[in-house]
Amino acid sequence: MSILGNRVVRREDPKFLTVGGTYVADLDLPGSVYLTFVRSSMAHAKLLSVDTSGAKAMPGVVAVYTNDDLGIARMPTIMGMTNEAMTQPMLASGTVRYVGEPIVAIVAESREIAADALEAVVVEYEPLTVVIDPAEARKDNDLLFPDAGTNTTFTLDFGGDEALFDDCEVVVELTLINQRVAPCPMEGRSAAAHMTKDGRLEFNSATQAPHGVRDGLAGFLGLEPDKVHVVTPDVGGGFGAKASVYPEDIVVGWCAVHLGRPVRWTETRSESMLGLGHGRAQLQHVRMGGTRGGVISAYRIDVLQDCGAYPAFGAVLPFMTRVMTSGPYKIPKAEFGSVSVVTNSTPTTAYRGAGRPEATAAIERTMDVFAREIEMDPAELRRRNLIGKDEFPYTTPTETVYDVGDYHQALELALEVAGYDELRAKQARRRASGDPIQIGIGLSCYVEITNGLPDGEFGAVEVRPDGKIIVRTGTSPHGQGHVTAWSMLVAEQMGVPIEDIEVIYGDTDVVPRGAGTMGSRSLQIGGAAVNQAAVDVVEKAKDLAADLFEADREDIVLDKSNASFHVIGTPAVSKSWGELAKAAVAKDGNPLFAEVDLASPGPTFPFGTHISVVEVDVETGKVTLLRHIAVDDAGRILNPLLAEGQVHGGIAQGVAQALLEEVVYDPDGNPLTSTFADYSFISAAELPSFETRFTETPTPINALGAKGIGESGTIGSTPALHNAVCDAVAHLGVRHVDMPTTPIRVWNAINDAAPHHDAKNTTKKGGR
Amino acid sequence: MKVAMTVNGTLESHDVEARTLLVDYLRNVVGLTGTNIGCDTTSCGACTVLLNGQSVKSCTVLAAQAAGDDITTIEGLALEDGRLNPVQQAFQECHGLQCGYCTPGMVMAITSLLTENPHPTEEDVRVGLEGNLCRCTGYHNIVASALAASGVVEMHQ
Repeated sequence: MSILGNRVVRREDPKFLTVGGTYVADLDLPGSVYLTFVRSSMAHAKLLSVDTSGAKAMPGVVAVYTNDDLGIARMPTIMGMTNEAMTQPMLASGTVRYVGEPIVAIVAESREIAADALEAVVVEYEPLTVVIDPAEARKDNDLLFPDAGTNTTFTLDFGGDEALFDDCEVVVELTLINQRVAPCPMEGRSAAAHMTKDGRLEFNSATQAPHGVRDGLAGFLGLEPDKVHVVTPDVGGGFGAKASVYPEDIVVGWCAVHLGRPVRWTETRSESMLGLGHGRAQLQHVRMGGTRGGVISAYRIDVLQDCGAYPAFGAVLPFMTRVMTSGPYKIPKAEFGSVSVVTNSTPTTAYRGAGRPEATAAIERTMDVFAREIEMDPAELRRRNLIGKDEFPYTTPTETVYDVGDYHQALELALEVAGYDELRAKQARRRASGDPIQIGIGLSCYVEITNGLPDGEFGAVEVRPDGKIIVRTGTSPHGQGHVTAWSMLVAEQMGVPIEDIEVIYGDTDVVPRGAGTMGSRSLQIGGAAVNQAAVDVVEKAKDLAADLFEADREDIVLDKSNASFHVIGTPAVSKSWGELAKAAVAKDGNPLFAEVDLASPGPTFPFGTHISVVEVDVETGKVTLLRHIAVDDAGRILNPLLAEGQVHGGIAQGVAQALLEEVVYDPDGNPLTSTFADYSFISAAELPSFETRFTETPTPINALGAKGIGESGTIGSTPALHNAVCDAVAHLGVRHVDMPTTPIRVWNAINDAAPHHDAKNTTKKGGR
Repeated sequence: MKVAMTVNGTLESHDVEARTLLVDYLRNVVGLTGTNIGCDTTSCGACTVLLNGQSVKSCTVLAAQAAGDDITTIEGLALEDGRLNPVQQAFQECHGLQCGYCTPGMVMAITSLLTENPHPTEEDVRVGLEGNLCRCTGYHNIVASALAASGVVEMHQ
């Protein structure tokens, strides 16, 4: 019986549950010194002077560095697409551009001494005009980088048909804020580095991409890549924000090289909230047009992307938004435009979904507004416009090719699980009764792109003479369960029990290549590479068995029920994996081994429908999430337990954005949400248990039929909840409430609508 | 100053700075790194341990305040024969952890919660875990783990 598709519990768990994981901060590195950073307290200022003499004189302080001491190049542009005059130095040089920007690096014998030394550094600032609103930034009245001559760093323009909406009976227009949020992995950024006796830099990193960190360190520090050894111990979450190299990482490496002592750095949460990249941060202007009968025929979205102070991956998020412009709908004409601008805030980066949640939020919120405009049920409007299952591969107006899908099935299943008609009837009764607790129902149909970057992935399988299997993978899990999942793939191909399989990742000496774990790519490209390596090693084993049995190669069979090879028809005489591994070594000294560099076959497009049901207290504005139904299709599901776990976490993060999370700055650029006491990180008390279902439409693009599942929950859930809140108060004349739908926003929206609206009449008229 | 306490059944006695937090004492002095630090405002609960059987956030207790007390960390929970205890076992069976960083604190908080209330409702669990943050699981399977372990914990005590 196949192990694939089963709810196999995680092999990773016992260690975490008995002694805890081993994160970078847990490593025992005798003789370590501790690195900390003096960070800017001003959002935009000239650095008049930086006096480090007091810190240098303190007992226990090993070294104090400013940018001039380091002599390291600035961070590069993003994929060559962002403005060259806007790159970030390792430590602030001349000007600070956001609160939290590192200015001085202090190395001390203990964390306590380092913390005390921070206080002894005196920085003199001359304030410059702060630009915190991206709409202001775009006007270029005040520039963050005068040499650039603009605050704009990246633009996209797809379309320009002036007659786009000319033949539409109905056009709705909406301005949407996809607010800045903080990724908040439970473990912040952390690194520990030292020089080994043979002159190599060993660098332990809490990263999603160890090989990227290796190459980054080598490049910035002028070392050959083989002189850098990056190891990821356990990593406490990443969500995209740990997929890239940060200046602090490079400074840790530089200090280890120059001091010759182990150097460690673990940011505090307050530092992390300012230093780890933020997510989303788009202002969207959306227009949608179609017929009164509910056929959408034209759509355009214009995005203003806030990059923060230095363009990082956030600057190019619109690229991914563009790819998903028209969502799961058959819209003949769709256009996209974007402008990415710098502001005096923390740089933005990839955060779970990275550009696709923003696209989905825009079109899904607008679908609801359009439905209301033509007085059609929002489920019916979606049903009429979804791409049909016979229309794949489907090319969108923005030239994205969707591989395969059955969008209607996901919608109908979600409606069925939700009990949609009953919910609408219940809503109508509540409206009619004038109950202060109103019900809202929100839908979101989504499609998203996974494995969207062109990288391939490395996978290898080796059979040891004792019969144990060693798997090496270029993916770098930090909670996703690759040890369990990859073991299942190998067990399936080789017939060995998963207990006999060891999965190695996150060590650049042992795994030669790898792109890491991000963008929902791991199973479909990394798992597929491991799967292919297992297939290849079976073929090699058959060659060896044919030699040993002196039989025809074609007559050798692998009996997966007992993990051994025999000649067809004579199962009594067999060779185990261990025996064949020994035979391989005896033959030419090489182990029984296969490695694969799987080229990317291109992206896949998971899809689904989410439905949120909320209660809104119209007297206080308080929203309570009652139910969240998620129907997701990630192609063939390898392990439902793991897949559901990914969806659950994604839903919570997506719901959090719609409901309460928001990074806030005051007009002077001071962060108001820089601790977990201030940032509304969602807790168990604000969430229900989720109702998850999968449909399985295997993709033809890879051997596993798998699409990504890591980000679907986040992408699908935000608009569902957002629509539910708006739906709950729509009968009071509220057209739209910005995210996050906090009580004050909802309450204000209700009260702003009230003077223009005869609430009683609408209440009597009932819902839909 | 000299501080002595029992940690996972072993008497520990060390000289520490007066400002040493219990979490830093456990991690850096006793050498038990299973207890994690997730914030600096007593918000996240990653550092939750049991102090005389009750859950506390060890970032908000000075080591000196715990002098003479009985501390249990994640390293002290497994059964004597090394098998997982019912809460730990429920976490594995229900996929109650992903990256694992919040897990020790979650397990300790749930252990304390189930000691106080052996048969909680889902609502009891959710409210009881409000001070323990997780970014990976959406809490769904953590709550399921707590409910799966309820009753069983009582049976084993």
